[in-house]
Amino acid sequence: MATVASADAVGGVRGTTDVHLAAGYFHAYTVVGLVAVVGVLFVAVAFAAGHLLRPVVPTREKMLTYECGVDPVGEGWAQTQIRYYVYSFLYVIFAVDAIYLFPWATVFAAPGFGGTTLVEMFIFIGFLAVGLLYAWKKGVLEWT
Amino acid sequence: MNGTLDVILRLVAVLVVFLVLPLVVGQTEHKVMAHMQGRLGPMYAGGFHGWAQLVADGVKFAQKEDVVPEGADRRIFQLAPVVSLLPYLLVMIAIPVGPHGFVGQSIDAGLFFVLAVMGVGVLGSLMAGWASANKFSLLGGLRTAAQLMAYELPMLLAGASVAMAAGTLSLPGIVQAFHWWWIPWQIVGGVVFFTAGLAELQRPPFDMPVADSEIIFGAYTEYTGLRFAMFLLAEFAGIVVLCALTSVLFLGGWHGPWSGSLGWLWTLVKTGLLAFVVIWLRVTYPRLREDQLQKLAWTVLIPLALAQIALTGIVKVVTS
Repeated sequence: MATVASADAVGGVRGTTDVHLAAGYFHAYTVVGLVAVVGVLFVAVAFAAGHLLRPVVPTREKMLTYECGVDPVGEGWAQTQIRYYVYSFLYVIFAVDAIYLFPWATVFAAPGFGGTTLVEMFIFIGFLAVGLLYAWKKGVLEWT
Repeated sequence: MNGTLDVILRLVAVLVVFLVLPLVVGQTEHKVMAHMQGRLGPMYAGGFHGWAQLVADGVKFAQKEDVVPEGADRRIFQLAPVVSLLPYLLVMIAIPVGPHGFVGQSIDAGLFFVLAVMGVGVLGSLMAGWASANKFSLLGGLRTAAQLMAYELPMLLAGASVAMAAGTLSLPGIVQAFHWWWIPWQIVGGVVFFTAGLAELQRPPFDMPVADSEIIFGAYTEYTGLRFAMFLLAEFAGIVVLCALTSVLFLGGWHGPWSGSLGWLWTLVKTGLLAFVVIWLRVTYPRLREDQLQKLAWTVLIPLALAQIALTGIVKVVTS
């Protein structure tokens, strides 16, 4: 995507290669899209075939919710205590941070980056680690 | 025209691999588990050592009645198996098998793509758990959600470490850049990735979301016939994808003696060995509790993955 933008800015020879890159990019994801179509077709065919093969004999008992063979008590959507919500907060924070690692990972050792970039990254990871240590110290990483 | 034919060929190949390899892993699991537990496993279907057992299972599944409980959220319930199955098909096209473009489709941000798409499969279990309107299913679904919190991050971080080492996100590019000394260098990341992957697949010892002996297969309790078969297929396709990815990222994929002509075989062999380890672990370890997994992930896997990133960064900057 960035390559398309720079194609406009630079133009000329650089622009042509970038157009090729962009074409490859769209080609790749078109094929991925086609795989998804093939997958959906496969599932559709499987279900259609299953529809022809299987019997349909619904009875009252069969349609009941299965809970150990006893008649179900109360609603299926029962209330439970969701104890891992703290993890989900932690997870969201960390996962968003982790996304930034990927673009950085592809360039940090390239000429012109090197040591300084690495130190920056260590500061970044340091923040993550301190956050994790804090959560650990606060005892939210244990249920019992 | 040639290009179109080429694409069609690739699509068909990916679909065939997607349907065959999981069955091979499934049959291997039957047999390996049986022998590790001192029994024979399936012996009748197909004649020779029950090789056609899974085909027979498939026929049985296709003939079974498709029951949707009255209380269930009908559409979501019916859609869930598809959502959990298809992402693995999508991932398979991006996994390089051999050198010289032997890959379904090379994608620039391949590593990013596979990690993102693999995460979608879990939605299927969540949908199933919620839509079933069954207390066991709901518990299973919640456990799946909790598990997601635990393994996704270590997996991302371990993947990022490899991307740093290779300096690219393209999967063929990563294997291209591989040297043998990457194995000791990235071993910690590899173990973290593989462990997190096991948790994503809900395989023992991380199978508490399905836990047949306590919550009757969790989110899949209400499923029968073809839809249940799809969940099973998703599990085994997941094993194939995880093992293939681990071998591509951490074990050098097609690298090995005569990799020029036999590269694809090396990828398959490494994937197969890892799949054997997945089965072996299932027979060996008892199930963890959900909070034990959380503890393992947040206090062991994530710090290890962060340490691996630091190590990768230092070695890479020093050597380049």
